[in-house]
Amino acid sequence: MSRKALQPLWWVVIGGFSLVPFLWFVLTSWKSPAQITAIPPEIVPEFHWGFYDSALRNYGLLRYIRNSAIVATLTTLISILIGSLAAYALTRFRLSWTRFYLMLLLAISMFPQIAIAGPVWRILNTLGWLNTYQGIVAAYIALSLPLAVWILATFFKELPYEVEEAALVDGCTWVQALWKIVLPLAAPGLFTASILVFIHVWNEFFFALLILTNPALQTLPVGIALFPGEYTMPWGEIAAASTIATLPLIVLTLIFQRRIVRGLSAGAIKG
Amino acid sequence: MKGAQRVASYYVLPSLVFVLLFSLYPIFESFRLSFYRLILALPWLGQRFVGWENYGDLVTDPVAMQSLGTTLLFVAVTAPLEVVLGLSMALVLNESFRGRALLRAIVLVPWAIPTVVSSQMWRFIFNDRYGLINFFLFGEATHLYLAPLAEPDLAVLAIMTADIWKTSSFAALIILAGLQTIPDELYEAASIDGASAWQKFHHITLPLLKPALLLALLFRTIDALRVFDLVFVMTQGGPADATNVLQFYGYKKTFAEGMIGYGSAIAVVVFFLSLVLSLLYIRLLGARILERSER
Repeated sequence: MSRKALQPLWWVVIGGFSLVPFLWFVLTSWKSPAQITAIPPEIVPEFHWGFYDSALRNYGLLRYIRNSAIVATLTTLISILIGSLAAYALTRFRLSWTRFYLMLLLAISMFPQIAIAGPVWRILNTLGWLNTYQGIVAAYIALSLPLAVWILATFFKELPYEVEEAALVDGCTWVQALWKIVLPLAAPGLFTASILVFIHVWNEFFFALLILTNPALQTLPVGIALFPGEYTMPWGEIAAASTIATLPLIVLTLIFQRRIVRGLSAGAIKG
Repeated sequence: MKGAQRVASYYVLPSLVFVLLFSLYPIFESFRLSFYRLILALPWLGQRFVGWENYGDLVTDPVAMQSLGTTLLFVAVTAPLEVVLGLSMALVLNESFRGRALLRAIVLVPWAIPTVVSSQMWRFIFNDRYGLINFFLFGEATHLYLAPLAEPDLAVLAIMTADIWKTSSFAALIILAGLQTIPDELYEAASIDGASAWQKFHHITLPLLKPALLLALLFRTIDALRVFDLVFVMTQGGPADATNVLQFYGYKKTFAEGMIGYGSAIAVVVFFLSLVLSLLYIRLLGARILERSER
């Protein structure tokens, strides 16, 4: 069989593998309670929005969304700001320690969470920052910095030095050179790094579970993981919350696929 | 350039503060605490130096040893499978065909989904009464239905399945990036010499793809060592500790039981397991990136 003839098959196998399980969950969120437990399974939902309504009303879904949005946005902004300063210095000034620092960041990104979780919890406890936005954001900034700095560094390295040098000769300070010349040129890199940090933080569960024990402050992953229901799981509501939690990410991925792939393979440091 | 030295340190300083406070100090603190007996539920015992005792307890703790075994099995099965699946997907995505960009984006969907969401999703698919897996296996013969998450061996298989589904696409990405660096001329020359598709794959693709494959394998290995979300949501370490992986066990000891010293010893073991692999990974990736920068 020719390669061309195989094309539809690739679509079915690879597309099906990647989409079908999640699609099943999305369809579940639109089913009626009877459809969810039906044997044989019913594929086409009745497009009943009751589970979304219930997730919003009875399970505080809106609160989780708000918390996730606040935490992910703050973390992304701050870690891109701090990360771009560092990445700029690390790529522009060839100093003995910059190489070491980049390697250190890479090593840190490999740490298993449990290896630092206890002491991080204790630091935040001492500061009185458990169950606060600043507590979770501070921890998340530290967790995202390796990712942010590495992606930004790979982008900054490709920018021409000449423009910047000319500006410096013309009497710009380093800060002006960074703000007026490097940053606009590096905008695509900043954007890519922002998307990846945002997705990473939006999905983070381990530290959110430890730091945010107050339901009023919990993020979406914690809310979805701890969905109450000991004997009968509220699958419709869980599926509805999951669909809402994932929707922004799927939109981002479909729109910015190229950037994400480039950022990930440049940094290749974080799943 | 004295000025540069100073400017550079100012720029790096803010990031260093976070890294020191929330990554480096905690690692050293975990080390230190692993040599102490500190139990939150028994505050009157205080914090007592016990030397290697926690590590001694670890070796004789059957749950810890089982947990180490489960973790290593999980890593040994998932990481290579993810690389093989990732390679197959990357080979297809590297061909030119209609709608390739869309399929490349679709492949990223499992990667983008929060792990907690994919865990709930698989938990639903593995459900003992109306899960899809049961229906595929037994149709409407509900009396045959299995409870995969309640049977030790099946539960391990279930979390492996969920992990492979979620992360193969990441392996595919790294491998695809590697494939794109192989020049087309090599394949054209081989075609002229009458090489078969398999010969081209075996003699051109595989050797040149080795660094990318190794990178993907190492990355997946390091990441699989710290599996947590899947276990927390799907099985809570059960049944009978069958899926109690190290990172989950460490979490339980430290945070649920408040055994800070013992939990830290588990943390240190996980840390060293991944450190060995990380160093290898850093040498590979680091060498590649730094090469590019020396111009």
